[in-house]
Amino acid sequence: MNLSVTLSGLKLDNPVIPCSGTFGFGYEFASFYDINILGSISVKGTTREPRYGNDTPRIAECTGGLLNAVGLQNPGVDKVVSEELPKLAAVYHKPVIANISGFSIDEYVACCEKISAAPNVGIIELNISCPNVHNGGMAFGTDPKSAKAVTAAVKKVTGKPLYVKLSPNVTDITEIAKACEAAGADGLSLINTLLGMRLDLRKRKPVLANTTGGFSGPAVFPVAVRMVWQVYNAVKLPLIGMGGVSSAKDVLEMMLAGASAVQVGSANLIDPFACRTIIEELPEQMEQYGIQSLEEIIGGAH
Amino acid sequence: MKKGIYTITENRALTKNVFLMRLAGDTSAFTAPGQFVNIALDGLYLRRPISVCDLNENEITLIYKVVGEGTEKMSRLTAGAALDLLTGLGNGFDTAASGDSPVLIGGGVGVPPLFYLAKKLIGEGKHVTVILGFNTKDEIFFQEEFQALGADVLVTTVDGSVGIKGFVTDALSRIACPYYYCCGPLPMLKAVHRAAASAGQLSFEERMGCGFGACMGCTCQTKNGNKRICKEGPVLRSEEVLW
Repeated sequence: MNLSVTLSGLKLDNPVIPCSGTFGFGYEFASFYDINILGSISVKGTTREPRYGNDTPRIAECTGGLLNAVGLQNPGVDKVVSEELPKLAAVYHKPVIANISGFSIDEYVACCEKISAAPNVGIIELNISCPNVHNGGMAFGTDPKSAKAVTAAVKKVTGKPLYVKLSPNVTDITEIAKACEAAGADGLSLINTLLGMRLDLRKRKPVLANTTGGFSGPAVFPVAVRMVWQVYNAVKLPLIGMGGVSSAKDVLEMMLAGASAVQVGSANLIDPFACRTIIEELPEQMEQYGIQSLEEIIGGAH
Repeated sequence: MKKGIYTITENRALTKNVFLMRLAGDTSAFTAPGQFVNIALDGLYLRRPISVCDLNENEITLIYKVVGEGTEKMSRLTAGAALDLLTGLGNGFDTAASGDSPVLIGGGVGVPPLFYLAKKLIGEGKHVTVILGFNTKDEIFFQEEFQALGADVLVTTVDGSVGIKGFVTDALSRIACPYYYCCGPLPMLKAVHRAAASAGQLSFEERMGCGFGACMGCTCQTKNGNKRICKEGPVLRSEEVLW
């Protein structure tokens, strides 16, 4: 039985990767279990400057998931490169995915240049889809021209494979996907969170200080599968599928839709051992569905 | 942090909407009083963080107030039911800083985590004074339990139905307070910080995503940089809090 998959020449032992923003910088999970079983790790979204993020409350629950409006809290790319990534390298001995965000093309470029130099970064994940920051993030991911411009600019400054993380908050995700492909992206990650909102009945106000937040969790899984399916049809790039993945079965479903690897997000927040459990359950589920090699099933439902 | 399945051995009302739950299971992940557990409940996506009131080798005692869907579900559980818990979360109170006669100040459901703290401090030979603040007589719980530990207990009620009329600060102004530990609603924490001449430790609340430091959902700013209430908190030192 073969669980390994390949992303732009990077071989992963298995397709399971914790999502950016749900696993910190990874090393803290090393006290829970041996994180070297993970296919890779997408580390906390990094910006050129340090960010506190949004005011609290940043979290609101909903049926089958949650809203978050963290707002890209991170210590800034310099500290990420000098402290956080080395700390992760000490306990995790595989290449990681560096997730980067910005508020202007210049910021994306500067952040990418610096983080690409870190020895344990194997893939750059260009986040143009964060719904929780203003005048940046998702603004780049909802317009094909902006998506193309930022992808092309970042591609010039990195020798690492560049995966663009797409927003589901668009009318036609395939247009954005094609724009990124045309600009030189090596792959695509999808989906980021769906823009959502909850109100507090007692206060008659939004629960989140930021008013809106990103909706994630098992409730969004069908939306993610549909979008991975559509994008697989629209481009020739490898895809990392994510959005509500919570079980080994979800991993298989996402791969059949067209994902070469799969990220697990919200599930880590309610069960710190979620990724380990999924990896452990994969062989049994593969056997159940007659799968010898995971690579063989990528896009297999088309 | 440990994840485990715990069996409810007792779950009963202490007041109209405050309940005591005892859970049997592994308590080896706890390192300090003032830490919390994060409880998975059927039908709800996120876990519910609840502070620990008391601990021994194989039992956790929680006291919680029914404030929403999660705690309402908890209140309907009965002995024998199993719950999935993350245990040993948060930093907890540092008893080494207490001095010889610390004052423990709790308001409402801020009272429970002070119980295990009082037990520890008294066990270390400290002279402990506890101020328990409630709105009214019917809301009072654990007064006798604190007395049984050997603590001096002062009760305040907003309506004056029992003890000193007013807030915990009205009791605090009557006694010497060389060091304090405080847990309660944010306005109370602020008032205690303003009223106390000494330094102390304060336990904060925030809406959490994970409860173990992964999501950055509960971060607050302090004089010592960003701190996650679930990980570097919930207890902060009075001198580092940005009010």
